[in-house]
Amino acid sequence: MSSQNGRTAPAADTTLGVLDLQGGVCEHLDHLRRLGIDARAVKQPGDFGGLAGLILPGGESTCLARLLKIFGLEELIVARFRQGMKLWGTCAGAILLAGSLTGEAPHLGLIDIEVERNSFGSQLDSFTCEASVPQVSPDPVPLTFIRAPKIVRTGTGVAVLLRIGDFIAAAESSAVLVTVFHPELTPSLAFHRYFARKCGLAPRGEETALDHSWETTSWTRLARIV
Amino acid sequence: MKRVDAKRYELNVQLAQMLKGGVIMDVTTVEQAKIAEEAGAVAVMALERVPADIRRDGGVARMSDPSMIAAIKQAVTIPVMAKARIGHFVEAQVLEALKIDYIDESEVLTPADEECHIDKTRFAIPFVCGARNLGEALRRVAEGAAMIRTKGEAGTGNVVEAVRHMRTMNREIRQLAAMPLEEVTGFAKTNGIPYELALRVKELGRLPVVNFAAGGIATPADAALMMQLGCDGIFVGSGVFKSATPALRARAIVKATAFFNDPAKVLEASLGLGEAMHGLEIGSIPKEQLLAGRGW
Repeated sequence: MSSQNGRTAPAADTTLGVLDLQGGVCEHLDHLRRLGIDARAVKQPGDFGGLAGLILPGGESTCLARLLKIFGLEELIVARFRQGMKLWGTCAGAILLAGSLTGEAPHLGLIDIEVERNSFGSQLDSFTCEASVPQVSPDPVPLTFIRAPKIVRTGTGVAVLLRIGDFIAAAESSAVLVTVFHPELTPSLAFHRYFARKCGLAPRGEETALDHSWETTSWTRLARIV
Repeated sequence: MKRVDAKRYELNVQLAQMLKGGVIMDVTTVEQAKIAEEAGAVAVMALERVPADIRRDGGVARMSDPSMIAAIKQAVTIPVMAKARIGHFVEAQVLEALKIDYIDESEVLTPADEECHIDKTRFAIPFVCGARNLGEALRRVAEGAAMIRTKGEAGTGNVVEAVRHMRTMNREIRQLAAMPLEEVTGFAKTNGIPYELALRVKELGRLPVVNFAAGGIATPADAALMMQLGCDGIFVGSGVFKSATPALRARAIVKATAFFNDPAKVLEASLGLGEAMHGLEIGSIPKEQLLAGRGW
């Protein structure tokens, strides 16, 4: 998509993709559409064109890593990333993007952080809380942690966005955002708005704290039988 | 035991949402659990015998030995599920104390109560329950199930019952969605559907929680079939470890589930798998040995 010989540059990419191999895909698409962002599920190599950014959703990181590898999507994501596509990993997605994983080999390795998987224990240890993340939202942001990993270290070129107790819950580099919680499972659009802007897009609507029309079943609109 | 709060239930439904598009596999040993995880399973169901063996052995099938479940929990990082008998709320309490991730209140085990299912609202741990139709699914949701699966006919390697259950649920959801409001009361009464949940499904056009396929799935094409019928993911019981090449088949079913709408990829997943598990014709099973009729 690069312009050559001084011809008119192609229109900037305006779409965000959500990697659709397994996990919380509709939830992210629903949030992005609430911001008026052109968003689509991305599954096949042909789907990666024209993306300003890609979200790697929550799911099971071992499953996602395996599917990325066998379908050759790893190289494709890295190649598009090098051409300027921004990335955001939530939960399992953050695990896939991490440069290092405690006690195991990393996957995409596109941000210099160390992540420890399943740091909290079983589903009984999943929890919600609220925190202030000044760079992302003027209001406190609701946070949902489901069998979450922890970011235990950040390296060069990585800024911490949110630290809770002994771990880092959100961080970013110039081109990659990582959150170990799930903004797509809450009524807050703040992180999606933040990522859209990071990708050079202009999300619609007011900077409201919460989208009160959001419900826990909002995702089902993208997964209807009828 | 008091009821758990709505927030905990929400978190439990959301864990199931994170399993969407994935495959949950029955495993009986640590070694099998590792094979499943390596193949890309999103969770494992730890049990002593797969349904095909439970069916063959007969007798009373109970919750598995907790030390065996604990060993599997130790061996993998993906979520671990285990089965409690229908209505056996103390088996469920034991599994909750063991801190696994999800309980399957399952007809594959011998029911402990023929009148009552477990009151799942009293547990912090999430439950998945089987259903043959919309009414059954929503009765379980009313009792606190955070996830639904078709019952199918477990341990047969025959997908026909899972297809029947999914088609039935879809048909009933479509009917509900299309009918005028005044007909909902009667429809809910006839089908044993809690009224408030009937309204919810009418509005949503689907179940309010994740619905996986289970019971008789044995091939990549079976998995893709259930996904194309609208299931959110797949349980494979005996289908993997009763086949000739479990590791290959496990991977193939994971691939076919993720790319269920892509025949070329389902084909690719189906090549060179060797023999699938031996299948049973449902009509050849004595009525009293059918598992799907357990629970209501």
